[in-house]
Amino acid sequence: MTIQQVVDILHGNLVSGKNQLSSEVVYGFSSDLMSDVLTLEKEKIILLTGLANVQTIRTSEMSNINCIILVRNKKATPEMIKLAEDTGIALVEFPGSMFHAVSILSVAGIKPVY
Amino acid sequence: MQYTFHIEGGNFANTGVASSEIKKRLKQLNLNAQTIKRIVVALYEAEVNVVAHAYNGDIFVDLTSSSIHILVKDEGPGIPDIEQAMQEGFSTATEEVREMGFGAGMGLPNIKKNADHLDIRSTVGKGTEVEITIYLNHDQKTE
Repeated sequence: MTIQQVVDILHGNLVSGKNQLSSEVVYGFSSDLMSDVLTLEKEKIILLTGLANVQTIRTSEMSNINCIILVRNKKATPEMIKLAEDTGIALVEFPGSMFHAVSILSVAGIKPVY
Repeated sequence: MQYTFHIEGGNFANTGVASSEIKKRLKQLNLNAQTIKRIVVALYEAEVNVVAHAYNGDIFVDLTSSSIHILVKDEGPGIPDIEQAMQEGFSTATEEVREMGFGAGMGLPNIKKNADHLDIRSTVGKGTEVEITIYLNHDQKTE
């Protein structure tokens, strides 16, 4: 699935990373704990998180994650958007809960990391 | 090639700047993507530790054709019991650190997992030195 398809099925609000929309994503990982994200070894992961700060973007950069869904109606700050643009990360705001986003993506075929 | 970076304790806004810079440079060197990830994750965890626990610190990176050697040296409270600090789940992080998504007691174990060699020396009341070595695997093709 492409990031564009993820944005479409979630009806999410893309706030950065237009040039990442054709990238493929295969796995999903939901966490508000960045320490857990840093232990992931797979690639092509979407991160779903309610943690909206600059370290969410930094952690994704280090983990080769180029698509972040901010759930629970969390809004990206201007610093987050700038860093996401600079590091090539698609940042998507989603008004619903983590469970809601996960259930939509799971039905659409996004797999768990483990 | 050698690089140095300064880190301010408590400054979460700039945490990851050094790791990001090193990642950019490693990507230019035709290295295996998994090796780059191991290096930047280990370095980033070490950066977060300095910001979370120390007053300030410096990172010294020595990159050769066969390995990367990273020394992270901080001035801070030090670690009284390194063996305990290496246990997954052990943490002395503040609420502020936890709000940033860290402080779950996984940083040092994750550095160990990603490093080929890890050496930690600490003096209580003075500071901590974390030394990480990772061997480089070159891909045959450009990624």
